[in-house]
Amino acid sequence: MAHDHDDEPHDHSELGEMEARVRALETVLVQKGYVDPGALDVLIDMYQTKIGPRNGARVVAKAWSDPAFRAWLLEDATAAIASLGYSGRQGEHMVALENTETRHNMVVCTLCSCYPWPVLGLPPTWYKSAPYRSRAVKDPRGLLADFGVELAESTEIRVWDSTAEVRYLVVPRRPPGTAQLTEAQLAELVTRDSMIGTGLAKTPGQGT
Amino acid sequence: MSYRSHADLGGREDCGRVVREAEGELFHAAWEPSALALNLAMGATGAWNLDMSRAARETLPNYASLRYYEIWIEGLRNLLVECGLVVQDEIAAGRMLHPPRPVPRVLKAADVAATLAKGSPTERPATRPARFAVGERVLTRWREVDHHTRLPGYARGKAGTVEHIRGVHVFADANAQGLGEQPQWLYTVVFDGRELWGETAEARLRVSIDAWEPYLEPAS
Repeated sequence: MAHDHDDEPHDHSELGEMEARVRALETVLVQKGYVDPGALDVLIDMYQTKIGPRNGARVVAKAWSDPAFRAWLLEDATAAIASLGYSGRQGEHMVALENTETRHNMVVCTLCSCYPWPVLGLPPTWYKSAPYRSRAVKDPRGLLADFGVELAESTEIRVWDSTAEVRYLVVPRRPPGTAQLTEAQLAELVTRDSMIGTGLAKTPGQGT
Repeated sequence: MSYRSHADLGGREDCGRVVREAEGELFHAAWEPSALALNLAMGATGAWNLDMSRAARETLPNYASLRYYEIWIEGLRNLLVECGLVVQDEIAAGRMLHPPRPVPRVLKAADVAATLAKGSPTERPATRPARFAVGERVLTRWREVDHHTRLPGYARGKAGTVEHIRGVHVFADANAQGLGEQPQWLYTVVFDGRELWGETAEARLRVSIDAWEPYLEPAS
């Protein structure tokens, strides 16, 4: 797995030290009865297998296919998303942002890493890191280029800085040539990045 | 100013390039899942609130040089010590040396799914009408404050427009200081790119923040 410190020779000892420190802290917290070790396992499993961006992809695919659901999502995203079974921690107050021909929405948290967990899961490292957080509000077009996305000059870029407890989900534009696809097939076109606003939905037949 | 956040990054130059990541790539070391789970489990005890944990992280002096989950672990350790739940010598020893202190709740494995699905909503009943209306021009607070706040530096002293009223929410500035929730009206305020960055700003850029009422004054 790649991360930005891979080439540093002292990396392994650093990681070994962190490993030991986290284990030590866990031991203390479990011995003191503040933490149920079984709960730690369930928490990790939830975010590894149940709460991730495929949830959001289902929301978007339904909005593309069902005009009544789309209207509900844009009016009351928290309730519309909860109707599909996704709710709670870091998604208590949801707002859906629909991309159009003239407006592209992009979401950031410049102050920490606020992110809509029930629909997108844990944020990617770049979302939590300085390069994205510093540039998203000032140079979103340059940032989009780094993600391989180029928008028409005439497109307004609207950046949403998540500074309170409102959490934003971008509804990307539905790609052309998808009229015959089922909701499940549509969901496969919806990438995590397209729901943050750093990507576009895939077109049918396009790889990852 | 004695309070200093190292996390207010919006608009800062020279932070390097984004390193993209595949969708399934969640963790980068074996300790990271534990760091996440320990933070969530301790947060669920109610010994502190979310705003206090953000304050603990953003004030770490070495914030800029830490990886994300290192920030979470360092912030957690500081909160544990500040709250008297853990003593420094226990962290060094890696085992309990002092009796535990009571915590409001302990998250049990069987309750994790329901607890996550419920979350911690921050909206509260309104006790007075909103001061500002959609479409109204407002000016954000110019002065710095000596405590945790959620008004980013790049948006201080700027003129914007109220675009949405989001209801009354727990006021992060007060909650982080242990002063209670002090709920306030929350607005989405949108700024033109040139208001934030001057004439060299990208064309057709607009940026919004979510701002509690005390951050705002009428733009006259």
